[in-house]
Amino acid sequence: MRISTLFYTLWQGIKNIFRNKLFSMASVATIAACLFLFGIFYSILANFQNIVKTAQEGVCVVVFFDEDITDKRIEEIGEIIKKRAEVSSVNFVSADEAWESFKQEYLGDYSDGFTENPLANDANYEIYLSDVSMQSALVTYLESLPGIREVKRSELTALTLSNANKLIGYVSLGIIAILLAVSVFLISNTVTIGISVRKEEISIMKYIGATDFFVRAPFVIEGILIGLIGAAIPMGIIYFLYNRALNFITKQFSVLSTLLNFMSVEQIFKLLLPISLGIGVGIGFFGSFLTVRKHLRV
Amino acid sequence: MAFSGRKKKYMADDEVIVLENVSKKYQAGVQALNDVSIRIKKGEFVFIVGDSGSGKSTLIKLLLKELMPTEGNIYVLNYNLNRLKHRKVPKFRRNIGVVFQDFRLLRDRNVYENVAFAQRIVQVPGKLIRRNVPSILATVGLAGKYKAKPDRLSGGEQQRVAIARALVNRPAILLADEPTGNLDPKNSQEIMKLLEEINEAGTTIIMVTHNKEIVNAMKKRVITLNRGVVISDQERGVYIDED
Repeated sequence: MRISTLFYTLWQGIKNIFRNKLFSMASVATIAACLFLFGIFYSILANFQNIVKTAQEGVCVVVFFDEDITDKRIEEIGEIIKKRAEVSSVNFVSADEAWESFKQEYLGDYSDGFTENPLANDANYEIYLSDVSMQSALVTYLESLPGIREVKRSELTALTLSNANKLIGYVSLGIIAILLAVSVFLISNTVTIGISVRKEEISIMKYIGATDFFVRAPFVIEGILIGLIGAAIPMGIIYFLYNRALNFITKQFSVLSTLLNFMSVEQIFKLLLPISLGIGVGIGFFGSFLTVRKHLRV
Repeated sequence: MAFSGRKKKYMADDEVIVLENVSKKYQAGVQALNDVSIRIKKGEFVFIVGDSGSGKSTLIKLLLKELMPTEGNIYVLNYNLNRLKHRKVPKFRRNIGVVFQDFRLLRDRNVYENVAFAQRIVQVPGKLIRRNVPSILATVGLAGKYKAKPDRLSGGEQQRVAIARALVNRPAILLADEPTGNLDPKNSQEIMKLLEEINEAGTTIIMVTHNKEIVNAMKKRVITLNRGVVISDQERGVYIDED
């Protein structure tokens, strides 16, 4: 293809948008609205997942050893556990450390009456998981290891967090699917109207000997540009609104802000920006491509 | 146009259009053409005449491969239209210029852009477009009106723009479907004079018309269709009134 043809096709695509101003604006506005909603959902979900992840990192399995276990065997068990894929870190808590921690947390000054360590047999490993859903498998494995007396786990927390994570995934997928379908439909409508408005021109092009590509390309470019503009607008808005929203939440609900760790706008946009632009271009391309294939049998 | 060395020869060297026993029946059951055989030579000026429903428009559509015949073979410029693949149709159509009764100009573009449009869509380089378009506008007598939008032109002038657009890609054949149908007698005469000049320069012209005066004045070949059948094919013929 000639460079001049490429520019001509691009220029025609841009002109199509202005020829068909009202519908182009409606399409851009709807895609922008869809992707704005998508952006907001994404920001909320990404933050929620971040919070869930932080919470998951705090979920641990604790293993206690047989009373007559040697220090060498404890070390061996520690090495075995560290090698497991689902384990993110392992922390050894000696009997003295366990007692100190217990005293500080629950007894305070009342601990003076104890002359011996009541938790002498409670040296343990705190095992932190990279994937909470693997907790059951890990516990079963640990229970089978010689030298381990007891394994304590927080089954409910693990399950709740794991399920919440899955639910977030499904909900976001569902929302994205619906928004995509609506946007494709809108682009398709705009291009269909564009084609009917330019029916005469297309018929002349066909008589003169324009190739299928030459007739179709401007409409596909129109769709892609509408998708791109429709994606860029909400990204700009979200970029400016995100920090303001965080400031608002932090000020209004100061209790929450100490508990929850929000992501920065840069962290959010690292994925949100390419995904949104990709979705915009993608729905623009597919919406217009499928429509010209259907309506432009040249 | 030289056919040699390109592909199988379907027609004599001096022929540009051959229809062999062509019939066309639409899905609704209407028999538009019935066993039509026509041979047209390079450089001829041929009138296709007949009443409404006689099959003239179907014939034009078949020649442009807008339609496929139900039976028979159609060869145009040594292209076998029955076997011509969809992707090769654009290249084939670049050999044929088409002019319509209603001009079919792009209303949002001026005269120059309407003609340049025909060159752009067949991907002629910009430098050549800037040379060819003024030249063809001078040929049709519109050199001074290249900036005008179609709405500012008379019917005759609009048809000249349409002819310039049809000719700018130097087609071997010009199909004119009722080109004077929307024009007054004076403009009609001027358009016919222009078409005659184009024909004398070597372009084969096939013109569909209802205009008895024009056909009788031109003294060219006249093919008369009636209910899809060729009822007359005369050299230097006249319009046959079927009433």
